[in-house]
Amino acid sequence: MGKITNEELLGSIKAQFEADVTNVTEPSGLLTFETSREKITDLLTFLRNDPTLQFIYLTDITAIHYPELEKPIGVIYHLHSLVNNVRVRIKVFMADGDLHIPTATPLWNGANWMERETYDFFGVIFDGHPDLRRILNVDDMTVFPMRKEYPLEDPNRVDKRDYFFGR
Amino acid sequence: MDVFRELPETYILFVKTMSDIKIVDAPPGVEGAGFFATSVDKVIGMARSYSLWPLPFATSCCGIEFMATMSPHYDLARFGAERLSFSPRQADLLMVMGTISKKMGPVLRQVYLQMAEPRWVLAMGACASSGGIFDTYSVLQGIDEIIPVDVYIPGCPPRPEAVIDGFMQIQKLVQTESLRRRDTPEYQKLMASYGIK
Repeated sequence: MGKITNEELLGSIKAQFEADVTNVTEPSGLLTFETSREKITDLLTFLRNDPTLQFIYLTDITAIHYPELEKPIGVIYHLHSLVNNVRVRIKVFMADGDLHIPTATPLWNGANWMERETYDFFGVIFDGHPDLRRILNVDDMTVFPMRKEYPLEDPNRVDKRDYFFGR
Repeated sequence: MDVFRELPETYILFVKTMSDIKIVDAPPGVEGAGFFATSVDKVIGMARSYSLWPLPFATSCCGIEFMATMSPHYDLARFGAERLSFSPRQADLLMVMGTISKKMGPVLRQVYLQMAEPRWVLAMGACASSGGIFDTYSVLQGIDEIIPVDVYIPGCPPRPEAVIDGFMQIQKLVQTESLRRRDTPEYQKLMASYGIK
C-alpha cells in the first residue's frame, strides 16, 4: 500500500484545482479523474513538484477514441509517485478537429516519445513538442490508425476476399 | 566380410556407413573412355545448386525453425548450404523468415538489391508469404509486394523438413534454369514490374 491514500491525494489536488477535477473514479483502486487541457500543464507541474506528493515518474501518455462521445478523443496520463508508491491517472477529452494539448516535455524528457506515439496513432497535436513526427509507423502513412474510422485490415490482402469463399 | 572379423564393431559400422554416402549423379551427357561431355548450363547449374549461400533474413519464430534446420539434427549443410552469408554481396539465396512490417519493407528491398545475380528468394512461413495472421495496417501482406519470390514455404511456422523441401525446390530451379536467367525477357519483365533494373 502507498504511504498516502487516494482520499488524501484527491484532497490535496482539489485544494489547488477544485473546479477542474471532474468525474473522479477509483477502478481497481487507481485514482482516476478528468481535467481540461487549459489546466493540464499546471496540474502535472503541481503533482511533480509538490514536496509531499512527488509524482516524479511519468509512466505513460496514451490516448483513447470513443466516436460516440461529444469529445471523442482523450489523452491519458499515468503518473507514479516512486516515493509514496501511489499512482494516478488523468484524462483530458477533446473535440474532434481541435486536437491540441500542451506538451509535457518540459516536465519529463520521457514524454517526448510518448507524445510522438500518441500523435502517430491518434493524431493528437502536442503544442510545444520539439519534434512531433511519426515514431512507429511508416513516415508516408496518411491516417491515424488507432482511430475507429480507419479500418484495421490492410486493403492489399488478397487471400481473404469473399469470392474465394463463395460469398 | 571375413576381413571385419578381427576389427572392433564401431570400426565396421564406420566403414559400412562411409560406403552408404551418396554423391550427386553426373548430369546427362555423352560418356566415353577418358571423357565426359555435357552442356555448361547443366554443370554450372549443378555446381550452383550444391553451394548456395543463404542470407537468413529472420525476423521472428520462423527464424527459430531455421536455426533448428541449420543445426546438426536437420543439418542443412548436407545440401551444400552450410555457409550462411550475412552480407548480401556474397549471398545467392535470400531466405525471408518471419513477419515483415511495412517499415521493414524498404530494408528488405535494399538487401535484395544489394545481392548480385544470380539470386533467388525463398519466402518461409505464412507471414512472409501472405501476411499470415497479421492482416493489419502495419504489416506487409506478403513480401512479393516488394520483391519477386521463387519459392513459398507454407506453415506457421513450417517444420525444418518443410524448410529443407523448400530449399530443394530452389535447388531444382537452380539446376534447370538457363545459365543467365537475368538475360531472359520474362525475368526482365518481372524485374521491371517491381521497378528493379
